Amino acid sequence: MPDCHESYIVNSQSCRPDLLTILNSAAGLNHSLLLSLTANLCRFTAINSAMRVALQTDPTATVFGEDVAFGGVFRCSVGLKEEFGASRVFNTPLSEQGIAGFAIGYAAMGGTAIAEMQFADYIFPAMDQLVNEAAKYRYRSGNEFNCGGLTIRAPCGAVGHGGHYHSQSPEAYFAHTPGLKVVMPRDAREAKGLLLASIRDPDPVIFLEPKALYRTSVEDVPDGDYEVPLGVAQVLRAGADVTVVGWGAQLRVLAEGCDMARARDGISCELIDLRTVLPWDAATVAASVRKTGRLVVSHEAPRTCGFAAEVAADLQERCFLHLQAPVARVCGYDTPFPLVFERHYAPDALKVYEAIKKAVNY
Amino acid sequence: MRRRCLFLASRAAKERLLLARTSPAAKALSSAAVSTEHQTYDTLPPPAPSESTSSQAPSSATFAGGVELPLTSSLHIVKAESQPRWPVYRVIDTDGALVPGAMEPELSTELAMHMVTCMVRLRVMDHIFYNAQRQGRISFYMTSTGEEATQICSAAALSGGDTVFGQYREPGVLMWRGFSLQNFADQLFSNTDDLGRGRQMPVHYGSSKLNFQTISSPLATQIPQAVGAAYALKQQKLAQVVACYFGDGAASEGDFHAAMNFAATLECPVLFICRNNGYAISTPVEDQYRGDGIVSRAPGYGMAAIRVDGNDALAVFAATQEARRLALAENRPVLLELMTYRVGHHSTSDDWSRYRMTEEVKDWQSHNDPLRRLLAYLHAKGLCDADMEQAMRDTERLAVMAALEAAEKKGPPPLQSMFEDVYRDMPQHLLEQRAEMLAHVAKYPDKYPQGRGH
Repeated sequence: MPDCHESYIVNSQSCRPDLLTILNSAAGLNHSLLLSLTANLCRFTAINSAMRVALQTDPTATVFGEDVAFGGVFRCSVGLKEEFGASRVFNTPLSEQGIAGFAIGYAAMGGTAIAEMQFADYIFPAMDQLVNEAAKYRYRSGNEFNCGGLTIRAPCGAVGHGGHYHSQSPEAYFAHTPGLKVVMPRDAREAKGLLLASIRDPDPVIFLEPKALYRTSVEDVPDGDYEVPLGVAQVLRAGADVTVVGWGAQLRVLAEGCDMARARDGISCELIDLRTVLPWDAATVAASVRKTGRLVVSHEAPRTCGFAAEVAADLQERCFLHLQAPVARVCGYDTPFPLVFERHYAPDALKVYEAIKKAVNY
Repeated sequence: MRRRCLFLASRAAKERLLLARTSPAAKALSSAAVSTEHQTYDTLPPPAPSESTSSQAPSSATFAGGVELPLTSSLHIVKAESQPRWPVYRVIDTDGALVPGAMEPELSTELAMHMVTCMVRLRVMDHIFYNAQRQGRISFYMTSTGEEATQICSAAALSGGDTVFGQYREPGVLMWRGFSLQNFADQLFSNTDDLGRGRQMPVHYGSSKLNFQTISSPLATQIPQAVGAAYALKQQKLAQVVACYFGDGAASEGDFHAAMNFAATLECPVLFICRNNGYAISTPVEDQYRGDGIVSRAPGYGMAAIRVDGNDALAVFAATQEARRLALAENRPVLLELMTYRVGHHSTSDDWSRYRMTEEVKDWQSHNDPLRRLLAYLHAKGLCDADMEQAMRDTERLAVMAALEAAEKKGPPPLQSMFEDVYRDMPQHLLEQRAEMLAHVAKYPDKYPQGRGH
């Protein structure tokens, strides 16, 4: 294993080679090109590689946040200060609202701001800046000004022992905010391409990085400059009986649930990674649901008003006549994220499998 | 062990002293002691004279971060009120006469006359638009009365390339930069020529051409943004600063703290210009803070600062000019606290008579008005007289009325523009929602203001 932050290693059994192969082959990238360009992940991370490319290709790009100068608590910015200088990769005082406000101002002058929130759990002090300011900057000024050069990166999601404040998945809070884009990658290769696309996107982006993937995702990541488009979902495997939708680290769990359904019950699942939570690709999901007639949506975040609610409501409007079972949501429970009960709380593969079976047998 | 005993003994002595001070008779004594302290200490108490047992003790020590700090054996808690008050920088007095010893800033006749014209224009504009709101012609308004100098004279000391972030009571800055009366009126009426496309409440102006970032309602959010913008200027090695305006109330927001600290640690060429007008809506400053205003916070952040008579046009101009020079020369933030008074209501949704005395307001209006002070100064110089002043008022009144009437006649922006600029490119779901809304309005054209289309 590479240079890791030891306290954030999760169970690597969830990262099975056959599953990785499936996810990789579904990534839609040119494999011969990949072979010539790839470097093994976790030398630093895919995130590190994306930020390096951004800093190389955009002289206005800056990387800042709490503890990023020495490499970041998750090692995402290792080596960047040495390579690009302390004026472009620097620490800020410990203040999330300050980081967000500073980033907005930098972007409002036409610069590319890549700001880090140490954990998504600590993004809430910046909520006012992100919701009232970043999201509305272009609209409220009649396009006189914008802060499109802004990207906020934040590690999110369960990690095995993160408790209340090192485990949250806040995507639904931001998905309720017109003007923001919200992105969550499922693996390292996607993370790099989506992060580069987010950094270069003309609108402010909240880029949520499932921290469980920092160390367990060991597939190869292209060294060069590539983007994965925002707002486009991806069908990871085709299926006939049920559509299974998720985003971020949950894709691994969903793939496992799909495997179980196929192995035990011969159920054919169509697995979709939303990739961008806002604006989300309803058309791709709707096309799938029209084919399968069943939908399971799943995320780690709590169920009530989680983004699965939006997907479910939207899809029942679009596909009412095609649905053969109620849309199922497999989510975290409506409790704070618990420490000792994490495995019970998690919408794990077994819970996903049960939901798939129930939808098919409805 | 011996030291510990000494320490306890000295603490017991202090406690006895504290007890004694609680008795009424001792109170006079103690306040006398405080006033003596006041004269003795400039800032912090000096290290106590060393006792015989600690004659070899070092006078300073190194603490975390390699900081060398003086040591003291005197248990002395510093009270804010024992610190000297920050003085107010003033160039002309309330009658417009030069303060003895003050240096007049270099101010050409042309610049001085432009300043006074702008102040008259702003006052007249406020008067007319305030009444337009009272007549229901616009939905909301906020006047700048009494604070014209804080805006116009600080703007006069900036370069046009400098970026401005404001709160909402800074139309004078825009006016100085050339935002026309028509620009103001179009924004207030949310018409099709409003640069903001009719989306924000009145007085939320902005102009990219004039480097004035669009105003938003949430207080103090612009302060850390101004720091990020200043960092961008520094990186581009442009000889420009950011000027960021806010009120004394907004300075209580967390964003103020974040911004001061970021600006200092990241060494940004930004001017923080606080308009301390005594009130945040109904809240007087004694409910807002207990320190020596806003300026006294600057040293805590390691920041340069000055407190200025905000109703003294020349002082505001000179202080801003010098602060700008310093910010550029040393890549550092400077905080300016401009002491002024909000003569008008907070906004058209507020009535100041419910929380302050009429006499207080009248007193400021008649004895310390920034426009009168500047006019008196120019009078004495033979640059302006009462006739000229009246002519200025008449000219501006006609110009404001013309802009208002023209703005009123223009229609609103096109209905479909409601969905534009949320993102640079319109995503699918907004395309769908726009089509849905337009179809609905087309079905019920009589039920909506823009049903017949624009």
